[in-house]
Amino acid sequence: MSHTFFIALSYILTALVVLGLILRAFIDHRIQVRALAELEARGIGRRSRRG
Amino acid sequence: MSLDRYIEPMIRELANPTRFMSLSGTLLPWVGALGALLLAVGLYLVWFVAPADYQQGDTVKIMYIHVPAAWLSLFFYMTMAASALGTLVWRHPLADVSQKAAAPIGAAFTLICLVTGSLWGKPMWGTYWQWDARLTSMLVMLLVYLGILALWRAIEEPNRAARAVSILTLVGAVNVPIVKFSVDWWNTLHQPASVFRLGGPTIHASMLVPLLIMAVAFTLVGVTLHLAGMRTEILRRRVRTLTILEAERLDAQAA
Repeated sequence: MSHTFFIALSYILTALVVLGLILRAFIDHRIQVRALAELEARGIGRRSRRG
Repeated sequence: MSLDRYIEPMIRELANPTRFMSLSGTLLPWVGALGALLLAVGLYLVWFVAPADYQQGDTVKIMYIHVPAAWLSLFFYMTMAASALGTLVWRHPLADVSQKAAAPIGAAFTLICLVTGSLWGKPMWGTYWQWDARLTSMLVMLLVYLGILALWRAIEEPNRAARAVSILTLVGAVNVPIVKFSVDWWNTLHQPASVFRLGGPTIHASMLVPLLIMAVAFTLVGVTLHLAGMRTEILRRRVRTLTILEAERLDAQAA
């Protein structure tokens, strides 16, 4: 196999792992924001205890 | 008058997750954009400016991702070890959040380091893998990261999980100097240090400059991911607290 193959594969795999990290960060953040919004919509915000 | 009267409120102020959320929210886009910009500059230099190595030819291009990944692997482990101290000694509320956000990022860069090293080893050494001290200690590093991630999932109660993980993290920190100095302490197939060494770097500037730019770019990307992960972790904890609160209220209503 040519050297180009090893170089290209290194860069492709690195890009995939880093993109995976970025995607995971976005998805996880969205899940938590939605869950928090749902809880607050049901009136479970901490402040609701006062009223 | 006790100095604690002034220091304690200051620590509490810095430890305040709400304050962290607003500060990190402002910083995040800037750090991320700077990281992306430097990555673009670094990749341009690597692909269009930096020369081929006189012995290795173009495979030296693997170095520009392999070395920053290795650096980030150790960087995030040290971040985790510092956070572990924060959890065990000062019970800083953000320490565990920081540690939990750092672990998967560190593990991912350790994996990148091992995979790119292997793909560099095959054409240059004639083998994908060699059980030498550097490669083996780096594999142990990945296993420690995975062990830490598994321990978090194994213990349900967050405070107990934080303490157990912190102890494991500090024990695993023994491996950090072993990884770094393995190439000096043992006779390894892996080459010795050529950037962070006594007597200065041994790489020519035409390769050192792109390498350092890539290292800074990787670090900024890593820090961006870490900050984003910490923010999400704080939200996750709020969700958990509110879910418990909701359950308690439903219990009270039913009673």
